[in-house]
Amino acid sequence: MIGCAGALFLLGNGRIMGASGILGGLIDGSGRSNWAERTAFLVGLIALPAVLQSSGTLSTQTNLTPNLGLIIIAGLLVGLGTRIGNGCTSGHGVCGISRLSPRGIVATLIYIGAGAVMVVALRGIWGAL
Amino acid sequence: MRLLIALGAGALFGSGLHLSGMTDTAKVKGFLDFFGAWDPTLMFVMGGAIIPMFIAWRVAERRKPLMGGDFPAASDPVFDRSLILGAVLFGAGWGLVGLCPGPAIASLSYGGSGGFAFLGAMVLGMLLAPRARQWLDRRSVVA
Repeated sequence: MIGCAGALFLLGNGRIMGASGILGGLIDGSGRSNWAERTAFLVGLIALPAVLQSSGTLSTQTNLTPNLGLIIIAGLLVGLGTRIGNGCTSGHGVCGISRLSPRGIVATLIYIGAGAVMVVALRGIWGAL
Repeated sequence: MRLLIALGAGALFGSGLHLSGMTDTAKVKGFLDFFGAWDPTLMFVMGGAIIPMFIAWRVAERRKPLMGGDFPAASDPVFDRSLILGAVLFGAGWGLVGLCPGPAIASLSYGGSGGFAFLGAMVLGMLLAPRARQWLDRRSVVA
């Protein structure tokens, strides 16, 4: 489904489906020329999971840590990092790797590595988080 | 029509993230936990997403987007400081709580106040990014 969504966005509109790029372009103004398309994508992205969630049978939980400090630090890192590095899991990971883009492949290896180090480090510092 | 395609792609993407467990931070952390109780299932989610995209890129070589315009040009294989530092920062944040941008937006309706706090902080990070990038670019010119 994720791949089909990316294929639809690419072959239909000629755009790369990267969550951080679509949102980031709205935030910093670099994507002002096609803001409506970006907003439509985000509306779909929020709305259908909301419907699935309220249907009950397909509901899930985010199991997010209750530690607000961690959440804010992580959010800042993710926002800053994806915009400096030009992509996140969908842009570099799905769209970049499938295009055999060297930048996408290198970025994906690096962020998965950094994420793995962080998970191990957290366990060392706080125990089971 | 462009808007409808964007809306449909967003909805399809969101439901894929939702159903595959990408919005469950415990599952994401399990995937990143290579040195502990590693849960590889999300690797198959990513692999499964790459296959249709791989075909789409092959198709893209031979035609134009349905709605006109051109496909985005491939970037030069330059591994500059911003790409690497950006990926390190993003990965660290991802590992810290288990949310990346797509699932953070997709789970907004049920992620509670923590989900909103994450999104707010992420937006703030995105606002600061152009400045950080300028600074990095200036430094790499000197180096």
